Amino acid sequence: MRMRTLVWREIFERKSQLITSFLAILLGITVIVSIENITFYSEKAVAREMDSLGANVLILPKSVTLQDYYAADMQGETIPEEYVTQLAMSDLEGLDNLSPKLSVPVEVEGRSFTLTGILPKSEFQAKAAWAGAGIFSRPAGCGAMPTLAFVGEDKKTLVRQRVIDNLTSEEVLVGADVASALRLKEGDRLTLLGQSFSVTATLPQTGTIDDSRVFAHLHRVQELAGKGPVINAIEVVGCCQEISKGLVAKINALLPDAKVVTITQIADAQIRMNALMSRLSTVFLAIIVCVGGAGIANYMYANVHERRREIGTLMSLGATSFLILRIFLLKALLLGIAGGVGGYLLGTILAAVLGPKLAGVPVLPMPMLALLAILISSGLALAASYFPARRAARLDPSATLQEI
Amino acid sequence: MLRMESVSKQYRHRGQVVTALNDASLTIGKGDFVSVVGPSGSGKSTLLLMLGGMLSPTSGRVLLDAQSIYDLSSDRRARLRKRRIGFVFQTFNLVPYLTARENVELPLYLSAVEPGAQRERAIALLERVGLGERLHHKPCELSVGQQQRVALARMLANDPAVVLADEPTGNLDPETSRQVIGFLDEINREGKTIVMVTHDPRAAERAKRTLRLKEGRIVAGDTARERLHVA
Repeated sequence: MRMRTLVWREIFERKSQLITSFLAILLGITVIVSIENITFYSEKAVAREMDSLGANVLILPKSVTLQDYYAADMQGETIPEEYVTQLAMSDLEGLDNLSPKLSVPVEVEGRSFTLTGILPKSEFQAKAAWAGAGIFSRPAGCGAMPTLAFVGEDKKTLVRQRVIDNLTSEEVLVGADVASALRLKEGDRLTLLGQSFSVTATLPQTGTIDDSRVFAHLHRVQELAGKGPVINAIEVVGCCQEISKGLVAKINALLPDAKVVTITQIADAQIRMNALMSRLSTVFLAIIVCVGGAGIANYMYANVHERRREIGTLMSLGATSFLILRIFLLKALLLGIAGGVGGYLLGTILAAVLGPKLAGVPVLPMPMLALLAILISSGLALAASYFPARRAARLDPSATLQEI
Repeated sequence: MLRMESVSKQYRHRGQVVTALNDASLTIGKGDFVSVVGPSGSGKSTLLLMLGGMLSPTSGRVLLDAQSIYDLSSDRRARLRKRRIGFVFQTFNLVPYLTARENVELPLYLSAVEPGAQRERAIALLERVGLGERLHHKPCELSVGQQQRVALARMLANDPAVVLADEPTGNLDPETSRQVIGFLDEINREGKTIVMVTHDPRAAERAKRTLRLKEGRIVAGDTARERLHVA
């Protein structure tokens, strides 16, 4: 005879009660796991959508105002392109995307447009790889969704993500207004500053200054404009949580000769949305913990009441109050662990099936939630059973034997 | 060995004070076999529970080998029961989800006996009460007589010096009753002190002495073999 034998046998003695209490824990944990799982991927999806609102941090020359930047960032002032490398190779967390830009005015068929040089992401990655570290060697930030390597890049995502993976020095992307005015389509040729380019993509309408831009490789624009390795601005898509933790100050410390500004409206919207998702998840968790806890406590009180004679007998045989307490708490722990494991499995399946239907996001299993499920389930079962167990331990043995 | 000194027990029931035991004093020597008789509600079970350290008196003292039981904490009283006292109940009080062998192992587990030794002793005790073939039966699979024999084996597991039996034959047929009383007689001859509450005159006769209770008072001892001091 061991304590676990005593507890194990009792659990299976009253199967109907066992099933009821186990189902209460199981369903509670199932709901928690599935909500947490779906919420995690929904938050990712929301964050990605938030990222599409554009850059939320700008790095500009010291003397340039935000107003100058919005006037097509052709303020004339520049900062060294070297800043991009410094950022890419720094240990700053929360830099999801960097987009250095150099803009120069161009005239085509008597119309004025802006030629903007951008640096494709593949070049940052190469720089980071040289150093063996840097922002792109770490996992994607809060707003970035992992993309599958075999999926070809859609260059039109530039308008949303502010950065593209690859762009050769012979290619340009043209804004919607430029394409419309010059009747350009993909595959056409366009001559700018005496250099012929191939139109790789015409960008969708954005309603911003980007519609009248032509995007080319940064180094080619620097070369055509004869400006050397400089840029007008670096657009940063920063992880909003990191922004709230002082990302801007960290960038300022890294680049003391530049001006770092937050586009407050965008960053605030991102922070608010993330906080809302987090609060919703917490509210669900709190409700389930309360309801599940009350169910377990109710079951345990009933179990103690039903087992009064047994408790009295054990006490007459010499069991101490502490032993009685341990017997009930071990039972709660076993139920908690079983409920946690079962709830994780069921909740993960439920999330994978319902996630795409309810939230419209693909949901993958999260092994970390197994630990969370077992911890919550066991903690809840133990906490909810403590007072019933204490009541059992404090039962008057003579009363339990006399009332029979 | 066992002594009660001016013990009274009162409790409240629906606003009324009920006296379960009234100023009881007695001494029971080592190796004695005492039957306690009296009408229902006379305080027999209360007396037995008090002797077993399960019910504290309102006043007075209960001593086991000069140790005042109720001066001990409840946990120390539990340890005292485990080492020195064995209970037998009218309704057997076997744990329903454990087998006969596991029921007998329970007191040994509480005494921290290692599992192998628990098993050996439990089997030996069940064989002694004639249930060597019923080791793996649960109480519901045994007759009432067999259940009481399992309870007797369990009572003996920790080799207690004092056996307190509350109507041990109350639910049994005459033949099984006779067997149970015979068994109590046998362990008494081995030196154990037995106090048995009973309604059964034939069972009471088998004891060395009889103590009679009425309305919470000890009204008489068996004067023919008096070693019981009634206040």
